[in-house]
Amino acid sequence: MNKITLTDEEILHVAKLASLFLSTEEIEKFKPQLISIIDFISKLSDIDTSKVLANTKTTNLVNVFREDKIDPERQLTQDEALSNALETHNGYFKIPAVFD
Amino acid sequence: MSETKFTPIIGLEVHIELATESKMFCGCPADHFGMTPNSHTCPVCLGLPGALPVPNKKAIEWSIMLGLALGCTIAEHSKFDRKNYFYPDLPKGYQISQYDEPLCVNGKIVVNGKEIRIRRVHLEEDTGKLQHTEIDGKKATLVDFNRSGVPLVEVVTEPDFRTIEDVDAYLKKLQQIVRYLAISLADMEKGSMRLEPSISIALGDGEVTDHNLPGYRVELKNINSFRFARHALEYEISRQTEALTRGEVPQQETRGWNEAKGISVLQRSKEDAQDYRYFPEPDIPPMHFPFEEVEKLKKRLPELPDVKILRFINDYQLPEYDASILCETRDLADYFEQAVQVGSQHSLTPKAIANWLINKKIEIITILPAELIKSVVESRMTTKVSSEEIENIITEVIKLNPKAVADFKNGNANVLGFLLGQVAKIKRGVDSAVVKKYLLDKLG
Amino acid sequence: MNLIDLTLTQALAGVRSGKFKSVDLVSSALENIAKYNKIYNVFLTVEDEKELLSQAKIADESDKSLPLVGMPIALKDLFSTKNLRTTAGANVLKKYRPVYDATVVRKLKQAGAIIVGKLNQDAWAHGSTGENSDFGPTANAYNLSHVAGGSSSGSATAVALGMSLAATATDTGGSIRAPGAFSNLVGFKPTYGRVSRYGIIAMASSLDSIGHLTKSVADSALILSVTAGTDPYDATTGTAEVPNYQDLLKRTDLKGVKVGVSPEYIAIGAKATHGMDPKLEEKVEEALNKIRSLGAEIVEVSLPYTKAALEAYYIICPSEVSSNLARYDGIRFGQGRDQFGAEAKRRMMIGAYSLSSGYYDAYYKTAQKIRSLVSQDFAKAFKEVDVVFAPVTPMMPPKIGENINDPMALYLVDIFTVPVNLAGVPALSLPAGFVDGLPVGIQLIGPHWSEQKLFEIANVYEQATEWFKTKPKIANKT
Repeated sequence: MNKITLTDEEILHVAKLASLFLSTEEIEKFKPQLISIIDFISKLSDIDTSKVLANTKTTNLVNVFREDKIDPERQLTQDEALSNALETHNGYFKIPAVFD
Repeated sequence: MSETKFTPIIGLEVHIELATESKMFCGCPADHFGMTPNSHTCPVCLGLPGALPVPNKKAIEWSIMLGLALGCTIAEHSKFDRKNYFYPDLPKGYQISQYDEPLCVNGKIVVNGKEIRIRRVHLEEDTGKLQHTEIDGKKATLVDFNRSGVPLVEVVTEPDFRTIEDVDAYLKKLQQIVRYLAISLADMEKGSMRLEPSISIALGDGEVTDHNLPGYRVELKNINSFRFARHALEYEISRQTEALTRGEVPQQETRGWNEAKGISVLQRSKEDAQDYRYFPEPDIPPMHFPFEEVEKLKKRLPELPDVKILRFINDYQLPEYDASILCETRDLADYFEQAVQVGSQHSLTPKAIANWLINKKIEIITILPAELIKSVVESRMTTKVSSEEIENIITEVIKLNPKAVADFKNGNANVLGFLLGQVAKIKRGVDSAVVKKYLLDKLG
Repeated sequence: MNLIDLTLTQALAGVRSGKFKSVDLVSSALENIAKYNKIYNVFLTVEDEKELLSQAKIADESDKSLPLVGMPIALKDLFSTKNLRTTAGANVLKKYRPVYDATVVRKLKQAGAIIVGKLNQDAWAHGSTGENSDFGPTANAYNLSHVAGGSSSGSATAVALGMSLAATATDTGGSIRAPGAFSNLVGFKPTYGRVSRYGIIAMASSLDSIGHLTKSVADSALILSVTAGTDPYDATTGTAEVPNYQDLLKRTDLKGVKVGVSPEYIAIGAKATHGMDPKLEEKVEEALNKIRSLGAEIVEVSLPYTKAALEAYYIICPSEVSSNLARYDGIRFGQGRDQFGAEAKRRMMIGAYSLSSGYYDAYYKTAQKIRSLVSQDFAKAFKEVDVVFAPVTPMMPPKIGENINDPMALYLVDIFTVPVNLAGVPALSLPAGFVDGLPVGIQLIGPHWSEQKLFEIANVYEQATEWFKTKPKIANKT
């Protein structure tokens, strides 16, 4: 049975995909835990699912739409929209400069 | 030394902002241009914890109609997928888009006599807007979510373009079709139509097919007008050609166009390419479009430009040039046809009306077709004649041609033409319809 | 009068008959909160006392026709409450005040319920014991040194200690049923889509089911009759009609009821870190015998893909989690992403891994295939039986801190509950006795949209065993 391995680089890679920035201590702590979890979920490969269709349907619903109408009930005022933000400026959310 | 042939290979990705009333997944107004920041938001488009998306039916119908207008096959089964990446203008940290089951596939459009294949047409939501600024001497970025969640249709072509002229023609044609369908203003300057071309250069003679495309391609962003598109493509073709001449293969990357500096700059290299981790959107049930439903949507399509142009050529005996200009917008084409209707009562030919419309830059919004015809008629009357004068001339003609008058009274209608000619001999340029009316009155 | 001694049904009848007032109920809740909240760490936010009593007064002066008039109810802290802090049990949201109510919250308020406060839980619903809360674990109402069960830990202890008459909760892999079983309560998980998820902080979108914890089955049916139904704001709620769930007293025994038992299901208990607890197994067996004695026919059914369900769940769930937690970027609300706890970080990384390029097919796509197979297992079984009987967890409520360094041990608590979420079917946990003073629960699983039948059958068992009459011996340490 192939034992799952996980390098520091791979951990940093998935962390980056999840926009998480780990300290070296965290990498050390998480490594064995992640390995045991991935080892566990990899057991699925033991089962032959080649003839099975992946089911992403959780309900039998199809074509659930809404009419193209404005819904005043849910619209927020500018104050409400900004109310939980750390920093705002003249009606905008403010963040440290982002360079394209 | 033989000249190495460099062929630009260009594919286009165009985003079109749909002019629906409400946003793609919520009931906020989709109208965002120039609005007070963050005033058109709700928990859904602001990405608040617990909010859920519900798709806009009209946006889906319009996307399918665009696909049909582009000759696409409409998917019987379609769905939304999550495209996961982080950026401050993306409130949920994922964009609801379509990945492997888009609404429309495999269309085609003819541009400058060449067939361009449409790979797919799909639907997604727009992001918020970032503004880079300086506050109290410190650089900062401001975020406005009014645009977040507005429906966007994405039209992707195969890399079938070989010249900038064809790209330009395609953009204009696509814009025209979209405007004919009345699903978007498709205005590049205002951002309701956005372009992201992909360019590579193929070396050597021989046809470039899907199987021998260059091994790299460069994606260009930040192109805000047809003019910018031309400049950017010219620059990029030149940049890549130079590299290839030096024996280097250009890097596969994403570059941003800087119109002010006239250059493209690296934005994202291949190594930094995003892994979007697409998976089916669990909050939205899948979509199913049976044949009958698609047929219903097909019937809602207006007569498209190419078809209208041909019809104008045939029905109105117009040269292609005239027909093309008159069919530029539906409004103008409809106006022309109404004017032709009115004009026929005054013996005005479609060609005459066409000339008038094409050469005189008529404000069709303010001047009704009937009013236009009136002006045309009046202008043809090179002489201004009063009713009294017309009466006198007619009296004169009747006096001078008693035999003709007698023939007419005896039932020979053809004599009327002769009498009209006699009037014209005395005074040219009087409207024949007017003269006829007076003559008939007088003759009884 | 102490709220701890009343079921919701009794309290409602009492208020309507004039036996007591809503003000009395609310006062009792507040008293119990004052006495035990700090010790058991149940509520994260309690509504202002004056506000609560004022609402109770309004209820008392009304015609009392509303379905939950004047009833003190508490909410798991995943439920968005307008202007009332909502944390999801997480530091990232410790200052977050929603600007809107979840649909379920709106419905409960419209039904006359009085929202007492927001309950502690595993952060982001990631957990099966309550120990992953960023605000400390909630203790088991029956034993201070043991866990309440998770992730709806506060929801369970609040009801068991008379701090509210019912508590809303969510169940993604067992998060209502486990705390229900650990706390001598009815933990109800409806069919996926039966109750709107709009406004409830999402864990795994295709697995989250919105339910509640109550002392009795009748209470559970009453709450569902208020919360169930189509919501135009949640595209997964569909249009299935809401039957009269409270009409369940017509059944007095289980004659003619076929109850399924799956050997595969029993076998997976052995996978748990220490296998299936034998004392617990004994109690579960007793419960099954009781059900048999009430007239039910016990039928063996096969659920072969149960063995792969947990693995599939721990791929699908973290994958959706990693996506659902992406919105917490600190720009519009919340603290920065560095404030996420260890379990949240682990799940986001596992999720990103399972969805990433090169791994998607082997992990996510394969897991969805297993999901199809698990669903088919249940569909086949329900052709033979009315409900499936199973344990809720493989162990008794662990001691607080026992498994904290072993995430896998905690995942294995879900072994009997996750197949239900994969299939989207309804299930409930039901009190079935005690071992050494700690509660034991059993699970009843039904086909899609069979909530009414589940309530009927559960009600017969409940009336015949009356476990809900046992009250916790409350710790008075301060």
